[in-house]
Amino acid sequence: MNGRGGRTIKVDTLARVEGEGALYIKMAGERVADVKLRIYEPPRLFEAFLRGRHFSEAPDITARICGICPIAYQMSAVHAIERALGIKIAPEVRLLRRLFYCGEWIESHALHVYMLHAPDFLGYPDVIEMAKDHRAVVEKALRLKKIGNRIVHLLGGREIHPISAAVGGFHKAPAKSQLRELVSDLEWALEASLETVRWTSTLEFPHFEQDYEFVALRHPDEYPYNEGRLVSNRGLDIDAAEYEDRFVEFHVKHSNALQSVLRGRGSYLVGPLARFNLNFDKLPEVAQKAALEVNLKPPVKNLFRSIVVRAVELVFACAEALRVIKEYEPPAAPRVPAPDRRGVGQAITEAPRGILYHRYAIDENGLIVTAKIIPPTSQNQKRIEDDLREYAAQLVAWPLDEATWKCEQAVRCYDPCISCATHFLKVVVERE
Amino acid sequence: MLILGCGNRQRGDDAAGILVAERLRALGIAAEVCSGEVSDLIEAWTGADDVIVIDAVVSAAPAGAVHVWDGQRLPTFATSAGSTHGLGVAQAIKLARALNRLPSRLLVYGIEGKNFEMGSEVSPEVERGVEEVVQRLSREARRE
Repeated sequence: MNGRGGRTIKVDTLARVEGEGALYIKMAGERVADVKLRIYEPPRLFEAFLRGRHFSEAPDITARICGICPIAYQMSAVHAIERALGIKIAPEVRLLRRLFYCGEWIESHALHVYMLHAPDFLGYPDVIEMAKDHRAVVEKALRLKKIGNRIVHLLGGREIHPISAAVGGFHKAPAKSQLRELVSDLEWALEASLETVRWTSTLEFPHFEQDYEFVALRHPDEYPYNEGRLVSNRGLDIDAAEYEDRFVEFHVKHSNALQSVLRGRGSYLVGPLARFNLNFDKLPEVAQKAALEVNLKPPVKNLFRSIVVRAVELVFACAEALRVIKEYEPPAAPRVPAPDRRGVGQAITEAPRGILYHRYAIDENGLIVTAKIIPPTSQNQKRIEDDLREYAAQLVAWPLDEATWKCEQAVRCYDPCISCATHFLKVVVERE
Repeated sequence: MLILGCGNRQRGDDAAGILVAERLRALGIAAEVCSGEVSDLIEAWTGADDVIVIDAVVSAAPAGAVHVWDGQRLPTFATSAGSTHGLGVAQAIKLARALNRLPSRLLVYGIEGKNFEMGSEVSPEVERGVEEVVQRLSREARRE
């Protein structure tokens, strides 16, 4: 099976199977008869895996759920467990956790904006073809992503690491000098992000506006990461502890992931558009200005413009990282003690793709009795189907392959998660 | 020589590349673990000119079969046409070539997998494939 002999070897795929998805749309004449999105969702398995483990293991276990957003899983886990145990973290730790999240957002948004989403707008099948004509653009994406990765790596990330997030804080706090080393890179990243806003705003967007219920965290003083009330543009305003009273998950036959709806209201949208629309006033001036300069104002109701919103969030993440590094003083102790105690705690944090809910019940020995994890992509799943029902109807007259490609693009606007939801998206559009 | 083992530990046989890297390390041979995501791979091999990548593969071969490809002359891998995030080793090589960031010597070891269920164990055949690659690479590393 050696490639040197000149024989053609057909390999269907080099396995990078982290999650699988498929989209099925059935058209009956002018009408969209059926839309089914099938996604694979690992969190169920991890919920079972967490039961009986000590709470201190949760940050490491949950970080393995997603290859792209491990920090989000760690953050929702530590905040929910800290709430169950009734412990308060130091303000310096709180700042560090914001920096940690900045790193993940920079990595994830740079990847999505440039490598996964931009080819759709520029008319390339993928980033490889795009790179042949737009090499500098792809190089910029790689450098941005690397800078996000530097932050994540410094503060822990997925590997076993001396610093790493822990219940109560971090295993070890970084020195001021370690953070300062990131400044020049981040200053470049901030400029590159501002250029990204201008560049993405010049792309052409399909006319597709929907009347969404946007759901995101909202904090009195800051653009949300780890704290805040869960709010919507239709009056939702709750604490994380009330989440399961207001949102309900249900099984649909065509997907092994659960779909989530707002009780009595239906589908809703989480992610960059929701955060931007509900928290524009909390963005730092540099990000607000960048948005307004390209005429991006809340409410943004066109999902395809999420690429510009992600670029604005890149500006925010770089500016916020620089602010945190400037203000950072190492905490007196890297973490507060977290003694075993019976309790239940819930937390919601803003993963790059939207809100990530965790709930843990812990017994008197610190062992996890139950764990509940609701990732952003399963929350958006129903909304994606609802969008496609509308969007596919606009495409009935299009050739099948073009209509298929357009529907894929619509799904990509949601940045469905690489491993907490879908990886290979095989699309089938059927006509009667 | 830079050895990069790619994969996902949570997906059965997809752990093959990671297992190779870990076993080489246990033998005192430097090897890195990498998710296999495009930009991570390109960053990981930047500056290296002699690189070996190990990953799980799905083709028509029996489970555990070991493939070796020259990264400069990689066969055409069918990439899933409608992939949202389907960027892996094959795409990393193509992208690196477009960006002129391909190492001058790159070998890809593929270990044929059959079971990628979430949370499942590595198949016994793939275990044997992992062992074979570990033996071959450790011999090569010792020759250097």
